[in-house]
Amino acid sequence: MEQLYELRLYVAGKTQKSVTALSNLKKYCEEHLAGQYSIEVIDLLEKPQLAEGDQIFAIPTLVKKVPEPVRKIIGDLSNEEKVLVGLDIRPKTS
Amino acid sequence: MPSKTNPKQLKGDNHHTLPKTLTGISGLDEITMGGLPAGRPTLICGSAGCGKTLFSLEFIIRGAEQYNEPGVFIAFEEKASELVANVASLGFDLNKLQEQKKVKVDYIHIDRSEIEETGEYDLEGLFIRLNYAIDSIGAKRVVLDTIENLFSGLNNQVILRAELRRLFQWLKDKGVTAIITGERGESSLTRQGLEEYVSDCVILLDHRIINQISTRRLRVVKYRGSLHGTNEYPFLIDEDGISVLPVTSLKLDKPVSSDIVSSGIEALNNMMSRGGVYRGSSILVSGTAGTGKTSIGASFANATCLSKEKCLFFAFEESPKQIIRNMHSIGIDLQKHVDDGLLQFFSSRPTLYGLEMHLVAIHKAIKQFKPSTIILDPITNLVTIGSMSEVKAMLVRLIDFLQEEQITVMFTALSLNTVVSEQTDEGVSSLVDTWILLKDIELNGERNRGLYIMKSRGMKHSNQVREFVITDDGLDLINVYLGPDGVLTGSAREAQALLEETGQVLHTNSITMKDRELERKRRVLQSQIDKLQFEFESTEEELNKVYIEEALKREVMQQNRTKLTDMRKGHMSTEKDVKPVANKKNKK
Repeated sequence: MEQLYELRLYVAGKTQKSVTALSNLKKYCEEHLAGQYSIEVIDLLEKPQLAEGDQIFAIPTLVKKVPEPVRKIIGDLSNEEKVLVGLDIRPKTS
Repeated sequence: MPSKTNPKQLKGDNHHTLPKTLTGISGLDEITMGGLPAGRPTLICGSAGCGKTLFSLEFIIRGAEQYNEPGVFIAFEEKASELVANVASLGFDLNKLQEQKKVKVDYIHIDRSEIEETGEYDLEGLFIRLNYAIDSIGAKRVVLDTIENLFSGLNNQVILRAELRRLFQWLKDKGVTAIITGERGESSLTRQGLEEYVSDCVILLDHRIINQISTRRLRVVKYRGSLHGTNEYPFLIDEDGISVLPVTSLKLDKPVSSDIVSSGIEALNNMMSRGGVYRGSSILVSGTAGTGKTSIGASFANATCLSKEKCLFFAFEESPKQIIRNMHSIGIDLQKHVDDGLLQFFSSRPTLYGLEMHLVAIHKAIKQFKPSTIILDPITNLVTIGSMSEVKAMLVRLIDFLQEEQITVMFTALSLNTVVSEQTDEGVSSLVDTWILLKDIELNGERNRGLYIMKSRGMKHSNQVREFVITDDGLDLINVYLGPDGVLTGSAREAQALLEETGQVLHTNSITMKDRELERKRRVLQSQIDKLQFEFESTEEELNKVYIEEALKREVMQQNRTKLTDMRKGHMSTEKDVKPVANKKNKK
């Protein structure tokens, strides 16, 4: 699995949920995708025009652009299992 | 509340305490008495295919085009390009409006398969997008169509409901007039109970099929802080968008006119004391099949057009061409009026759409053409698509509307039964101002038409039954012959007239004979007078003759006597002689 994960985390200001989500994400990535991921944090309060592109309506939303297929995970990413399945790091069946 | 005062929002007077925003959707503003509540969300709910999206989209487009209020349309169901295509068929150029920054369409795609939910989240993203969209064009109007899609895309209902509540509050704070659409639920107005959150104004759209004919209806379920029409109003989606018909007006305070318009038949005008019918009144022409109802209608249309006024002819039985052709046969040239733009036909089969839709269509056609006279031929055909009571209700509304617009209307109605219960005719008879009844008069093996005026409000009218004849030169009324055997019509009348004519000739003849007799008598008498005259003359002559003879005799005797005296005296001087003679004469 030498794939590069391009991840975007959409937040709106430094809310509790956003902070939790970002720290959760970083933790999982370090554990499972060390060295093969990039995280871009987009604050919609600063760049609201970007919300349309990725069809963001909930905050926080994590978008996996690459590898395909595009997946979105909304919430504070507190459920590790779901996040890993969502990012196709771990198959759903396992 | 909007920070800027908008002139288009009706600020409260005595009746409207709530500021309202005109929708621009024809008819809706009348029902809601000024539009939707300004700066508040309104819920529009209804089942699939009842026109929610179009309704809300028209709200946005009309706002942008007519009231200079930019609008944001958030679509959860259809892509922007699909929406553009959908409304293009209604003559709206959504792309152009988007380029002019008057409208912004934002499509929010929620695909469950792409989304995982883990833990706490909120819909701040939606708020931000909405806020961004609103601010980018300075929107005053917002539509969320349909927000319930969030429920199918997301699992966490607790969060969703809390967020929706926050959203509606946020919209209010933002001061935009919003429409939220919602799918009709089983037992509640919307599937997700959105009406809980949007409590200011709820409009329900309905799409019902009765007798295989579908009718869309609209009802204002709730409008907090405002009066509104509470009935179900039919609405129509056609090439001009939505038209709602505010049909039942509660008041009877229509303007009235005392102008007179001609009915198109001279003799009929003469039957009414004012020489015609009042402008803005309604005329019902009823009769059995083939009594010439359409001809009367056409004749009325003709009269209207001849006085350079516009007429709209609603034909539910015949096509325009058919009517024009048929009316040619009685000397009425309708084609000319059509060419002059004074006459317009509006032909449709009753079953084309529901009764209410007909009303909406009639309404629309009238609003567009602005005629001074309309003809509905015949209203009875409408019964095929609705019950009597429905037809009546529809006609009440129509008459209401027409009176308001000061349009004279002529209905024709087919009496289905010859054993006329005269009070039927969809019960419209009580509504109309003038009722002309056509009747078959069957006599001596032929059928003739009789016409009489049942009623004519506000003027005296003839109580006579006239014979109604259709000639090559139009329609006419003839006084029916009231003979010793009762009313005579048709050839019986002709025969009676001939009979009378014969009688007249005989009569004249006998008079001349008498005249001659008299003359003769006069001459006889005259001759008798002459004879007597002659007799008198001869008698007179006779008498005169005696006189003269006497005189002559006396003279002669005198002379003789003188001669004798002379002879006796002989040679006496004449001077002496003369004197005694003269004295003698004097003594006599």
